[in-house]
Amino acid sequence: MSGNMNLTLKVWRQKNNKTRGKFVTYNANGISPDMSFLEMLDVVNEDLVRKGEDPIHFDHDCREGICGMCSLHINGRPHGPNQLTTTCQLHMRSFHDGQTIVIEPWRAAAFPVIKDLAVDRTAFDRIQQAGGYVNVNTGGVPDANSIPIPKAVSDEAFESATCIGCGACVAACKNSSAMLFVSAKVSQYALLPQGQTERYSRAQAMVNQMDAEGFGSCTNTGACEAECPVGIKLTNIARLNREYFTAKLFKEEEVH
Amino acid sequence: MNKSKPLLSSTLGKKLIMSLTGLFLCTFLIVHLIGNLQLFYNDQGKAFNDYAHFMTHFTPIKVVSYLLYTSIVIHAVYALVITIHNKKARPIGYAVYRGSANSAWNSRNMGLLGTVLLVFIVTHMSNFWWKYHNDAVPYIEYRTNLATHETTATELIAGEYTGYVKYVDNDFEILKAKDLYKQVQFAFQNWILVAFYVIAMGALSFHLIHGFKSAFQTLGWDHKKYAPIIRFIGIWLFGVVIPIGFAAMPLYFYFSN
Ligand code: SF4
Ligand code: FES
Repeated sequence: MSGNMNLTLKVWRQKNNKTRGKFVTYNANGISPDMSFLEMLDVVNEDLVRKGEDPIHFDHDCREGICGMCSLHINGRPHGPNQLTTTCQLHMRSFHDGQTIVIEPWRAAAFPVIKDLAVDRTAFDRIQQAGGYVNVNTGGVPDANSIPIPKAVSDEAFESATCIGCGACVAACKNSSAMLFVSAKVSQYALLPQGQTERYSRAQAMVNQMDAEGFGSCTNTGACEAECPVGIKLTNIARLNREYFTAKLFKEEEVH
Repeated sequence: MNKSKPLLSSTLGKKLIMSLTGLFLCTFLIVHLIGNLQLFYNDQGKAFNDYAHFMTHFTPIKVVSYLLYTSIVIHAVYALVITIHNKKARPIGYAVYRGSANSAWNSRNMGLLGTVLLVFIVTHMSNFWWKYHNDAVPYIEYRTNLATHETTATELIAGEYTGYVKYVDNDFEILKAKDLYKQVQFAFQNWILVAFYVIAMGALSFHLIHGFKSAFQTLGWDHKKYAPIIRFIGIWLFGVVIPIGFAAMPLYFYFSN
C-alpha cells in the first residue's frame, strides 16, 4: 500500500467528567490518505479493541457533514486545518507522513467532557429550547409567493439556518462565546414573517439562556466565522446585538 | 419564553458599555490631537499654554473631561469584569491553540494592549495633568507687539506670580499663564519616557484598529455599505494618523533639543 502514512497521535483521554484527563500517545500506522479523520480513529480503535484496551470515545453520526455531531480540536483548530470542513469530511491527505497530531475535546465550561473527546453540548439544546421556535401554527406548505418576502432576505434566513450546531464557534473562540450559534438561530426567525410574533422575546430568552450556560462574551475576534464548517457569518452577531438591544431599549412591551 | 435578566447584567449589555465608552474615548483622541498640534507652533508655547488654560477652566469642557475620566475607569473596570468572566468560560485550556489561523493578534490581545494604555494614561496624567493642576509648573509672561506680531517671553520667578491674565496694554498683548509647554519640553528630554510614549502609541494603534470597528459590530451596525467605511476610518485615522500624530510630539521635543 504505497502512499500510506504513519502518524503519531496525542489523544486526550479522560474517564469521565469527575476525573482528570491526560494525553496518551498512539501510533496510527498504514493510514490511507483517502480515509476521513474519523475513519483513521476507527482504525486506531479497532487496534485498541483487539488489544483489549478502552477505545477512544469521540462523537459522530452522519459522517457526511450535515449533522454537526463530530467535533475534535485537531492541532490547535476545531475540525482540523481546513476551512468549511467538519471532522468527518476532513481527509488524511490534509496531513503528511510522520506528522504528530494533537487531538483535544472542545474546551468550554459549558461543554463538559463526557468521556475522552466527547463533550456534552446539551447547552445548545437548552438555548434552542429557550426561544428557537415559533408558537404560531404555520400551516401546511403555502402557495408560492403567498408570503411576501424578498429573495435576498429569505436567502439570508436560509444561510443562517444552515448552522448545524456543532459548537466549533465556541471551541475556536478565545472566550468560549456561543454568539455565532445563537445569532444564527435568532436570525433564521428574525428575518422571516413567521418569526415576527416572538421576535423580541426570543432574542432576550436565548441570550439569557446563553449567559446562564456560562458561555463567554463576544469580543469580535472573528475566530468563529473563520472556523465555522458551514460559513455562518459574523453579520449574524451584529444582527443579534441589534435584536437584543432593540428589544431591551425600544420594545418596552416585550421586555420580560 | 423564559424571563430574561436586565440589560446590563447580560454579556451583551456589558459589551454595549465597552462599545459606547470606547467610542467616546475615540472622539476625545481627535480633539486632543488637534489641540496638541499647537505644540508644533514656533511661538515659545504661547498658543499651547493659552489653550491649556482654556481647556482646564471652561466649564462645559470641564464637565466633558470628568465624563472622560469616568469613561476611562468604566471601560477598564468592565474590561476586567468581562475578561474574568471569559476566562471562567474555559477553565481548562487547549494544549495546542492556533489562534493565528483564525483571528488577528490584536483582536485576541485587547486586554494586554489596554493594560499598556492604562499604564500610559497614569504616567501621562501624572506628568502633565497632575503637575498642571498642582502648581508644579512655572509661570510665563508673553508680550506680543500687536503691530509687528513679535512675541517676547519671560519666565516668571516662582512664587512671584500665580494666575492667568490676558489683556491689551499700549499695543501690546500681555498673557501670563502656567507654562505647561516648558513641562512638555522638560519631560521629553528623557529618552526612556519618549520610548515609552512611542511604544504606547503603537499599542494604541493596534487597540483601535480592532476596537473601533468592533464597537460598531457590538452596536449591531454591520452594513454592506458602511462597514468598509468604518473599517477604513478605524485603520487609517485611529490606527495610523492619530498614533503617529501623538508619537511625533515626544520625538519632536527630544530631537529638537
Ligand atoms: S455557527 Fe457554525 S460553528 Fe457554530 S454551531 Fe453553528 S455551524 Fe457550528
Ligand atoms: S458526523 Fe455529522 S457532521 Fe460530522
